[in-house]
Amino acid sequence: MSAATIVSLPDQSTARIPRMNFMSKEKGLLSWLLTGDHKRIAMLYLVSITFFFFIGGALAGLIRLELLTPQSDLMATDTYNKVFSMHGIIMIFFFLVPSVPATIGNFLIPIMIGAKDLALPKINLLSWYLYMAAGMLGLYAMATGGVDTGWTFTTPLSTHYLNTNVITTGLAIFIAGFSSIFTGLNFIVTIHKMRCPGMTWFRLPLFVWSNYAASILMVLGTPVLAITLVLVVLERTAGIGVFDPAKGGDPLLFQHLFWFYSHPAVYIMILPGMGVISETVSTFSRKRVFGYTAVAFSSVAIAVFGFFVWAHHMFIMGISNYSMLVFSLLTMLVAVPSAIKIFNWAFTLYKGSITFETPMLYSFGFMGLFTIGGLTGVFLASSGTDIHLTETYFIVAHFHFVMVGGMLMAFLAGVHFWWPKMTGRMYPEKISQLAALVTFIGFNFTFFPQFILGTLGMPRRYATYPPEFQVLNVFSTAGATILGVGYLLPILYLTWSLKYGEIAGDNPWRATGLEWQIQSPPLTENFPSIPIMDHEAYDYEWLEGQKENVASVG
Amino acid sequence: MSHISPVLWQFLVKWLTNFSLYPPQASKIAPQMDALYFFMVLVSLIGLTIVILLVTAFSIMYRQKKHPIPVQIEGSTMLEATWTIIPLGLFLIMFVWGALIYFRVYTPPANAMNIYVVGKQWMWKAEHPGGQHEINSLHVPMGRAVQLTLISQDVFHSFSIPAFRVKREAIPGRYTTVWFEATTPGTYHLFCTQYCGTDHSHMIGDIVVLTPDEYKRWLAGSTSGSSLAQNGERLFSSLSCSACHNARPDARGPNLANVYGSKLTLANGQAQLADEGFIRDAILNPSQHVTQGYAPIMPTYQGQISEDGVIALVEYIKQLNSDYRIQQTTTTTTLLPESEGGKATPAGQKPAGQGMVNQ
Repeated sequence: MSAATIVSLPDQSTARIPRMNFMSKEKGLLSWLLTGDHKRIAMLYLVSITFFFFIGGALAGLIRLELLTPQSDLMATDTYNKVFSMHGIIMIFFFLVPSVPATIGNFLIPIMIGAKDLALPKINLLSWYLYMAAGMLGLYAMATGGVDTGWTFTTPLSTHYLNTNVITTGLAIFIAGFSSIFTGLNFIVTIHKMRCPGMTWFRLPLFVWSNYAASILMVLGTPVLAITLVLVVLERTAGIGVFDPAKGGDPLLFQHLFWFYSHPAVYIMILPGMGVISETVSTFSRKRVFGYTAVAFSSVAIAVFGFFVWAHHMFIMGISNYSMLVFSLLTMLVAVPSAIKIFNWAFTLYKGSITFETPMLYSFGFMGLFTIGGLTGVFLASSGTDIHLTETYFIVAHFHFVMVGGMLMAFLAGVHFWWPKMTGRMYPEKISQLAALVTFIGFNFTFFPQFILGTLGMPRRYATYPPEFQVLNVFSTAGATILGVGYLLPILYLTWSLKYGEIAGDNPWRATGLEWQIQSPPLTENFPSIPIMDHEAYDYEWLEGQKENVASVG
Repeated sequence: MSHISPVLWQFLVKWLTNFSLYPPQASKIAPQMDALYFFMVLVSLIGLTIVILLVTAFSIMYRQKKHPIPVQIEGSTMLEATWTIIPLGLFLIMFVWGALIYFRVYTPPANAMNIYVVGKQWMWKAEHPGGQHEINSLHVPMGRAVQLTLISQDVFHSFSIPAFRVKREAIPGRYTTVWFEATTPGTYHLFCTQYCGTDHSHMIGDIVVLTPDEYKRWLAGSTSGSSLAQNGERLFSSLSCSACHNARPDARGPNLANVYGSKLTLANGQAQLADEGFIRDAILNPSQHVTQGYAPIMPTYQGQISEDGVIALVEYIKQLNSDYRIQQTTTTTTLLPESEGGKATPAGQKPAGQGMVNQ
């Protein structure tokens, strides 16, 4: 992988960052805080979610340290409960949900469809402010005593038995939910109404398709979460009794409502990541994505089926046998589109011309780890094995394989892939490849032992555990240390590259997307004039032709 | 070995001596569930290997140095159909196989012995029919079907025995059941797997599987003097249940003899099987469970009886099989119904059980 590369950079002695671009247009803090530019808002998001990722990551570090020994010696059980609760809440609601859509999606969707901005720029900015308000409220709740409900807020524990900051945290998630609804709404309107001439639905990059599918989930699912949290707050403050069996309520109802959002939410988190992989795999094998239509429709299929699988979280909770059958079957069906995607990406490589830059390495990591994450999901979808494996570390491992092994790998693939477009400069290739490798190794070390722990029956959310589980827990903690290094490296070298990275030019990857046909970083208006799309997505022959014509923007 | 640090050495010794990759199989269902588990592991390994092989092989064969000019391919309906239909078929097999095991785990055989388990923050209390009770441990005989009837007194808990491959949520206000047949004597882990607050990870215990003889000895040695049903009988009398449910022809409450397991018709016309859950609800929330033909005058006992008490009452009612038995209980009470039920409770309610015992 040493010499072969597709990177084509301009002559570094003469190249410079274009003087006019979205970052240089206006100066000063206010020009950022009051901006309507989707690219600037994306940058604001990128900085904020990175901040929350590191808080969530530090909490994960504390969890792994505590689990190094079978006793609760680093912290009391109450503290441990708060730590894993805040880890889950921050990572899910303040990192994973907004990660790809609000940063990469915000930056690129308008450009990819040939628009000047999102349809509702002010709503876009509002969405960031809501996110920040929610995040700050969440941190405030954490600093003033924390919350120990787990990220699942299960009633009646959360409503009647805990004296921590449940209401404040619930409110924070409620507000964050609106941020995500606004982002989803904005994407849907933009993708429907603002595609440039010639940009038909089936010429859209697959990244746009998958973000579109995720947006539908955000808009339809998040309100249910908001309602559920309001009910929890009302139950806590006014004792309305919806979830209280003593007042004729149903304690299981909460979980139906919660998972009605939170299961689709994992697709909100993973779909945009799948979109990133479609772009990178195509670019670094110089081929159109194999079976474009199947990949596009599988995103929509995941979004639709994703709404009808929630009760698989309750197989052991006394739901009726008929419910079990329906939800187990539908969960099996939702696994199929994911399988289709994996094979289509693998076959995109077939007869391609493959190079192994960092985004591609992360994409390979995604494909391997997401395959494991997806297949272990089937263990939980099958109602029989679910009885033994649910509520154990098996589920923790499965979830992290999908979310960290899948989504975070995809996020890092995307950040590296579009870094030259966003900043105008290249990241340092060698050390990034190393970081990708370190992340992959550290990840497997951390989470693979947890599958075995789960099979042995180790319950999740335990601060203490029987001594025979220690060896595997030590492995897991050791792996987490490596993983931590893998995540710190990009922060360092990406920051370094802002000043010292090589000038990237318009299209360092020789990729086909509209975003690569404009300057890096882009103009505030994205395009000097509205482009006309006259070719299919991932049309590398068109790109070669363009080069010969030395034509201007598509 | 001298050059290995003592810490590392200890760690290695520990690893080699105290390290398991798979839990013991100590129940009848365990090998069946493991067969499905290993089938799925096998399918997953094959699937993963195919993906890794494809990616690796293509990466080597079509790397830029080797294959500089890409060949554009639209897709292939045949291939895509293949990798849609084969995974779908495999997933459907896992679905059916899994469902069969699920039904087995949650459908107790008719002859199973029943033990009640109450979960509360942060302990498990098991109530044996003979009146034995134990905390954070459960003694069961080997080779006999044991049904657990679970309920939680506060929040959600989950009763998990990894060595048996069974797990069931203990839910506040609702009975759930699970059963198993232990096959190997020994002591196994009991975990609460549903996060339940501060000492969630201390809500653990031992499942002790005994041979039938040992079990008999354990039962004899752990008796508390009166059986669960006898405790229930005492409560039935002291709560004045017997004032109305007295099995006389003019009784205000339905006759409870043989009510367990019968089909009732409720005041709203709904047909209802009188199982443990129904009897429990009828005691705690009578107004919603009035039997046809009776006035809704029974007061609620919500908050007045602990879950243990309800269990004792349920167990007592389950064993009532003659009017004589009830009347015997009745003679021990002196309270009259007027002073208790009808007027004092505005909602005016009435019991559970039922007059028209059909069987």
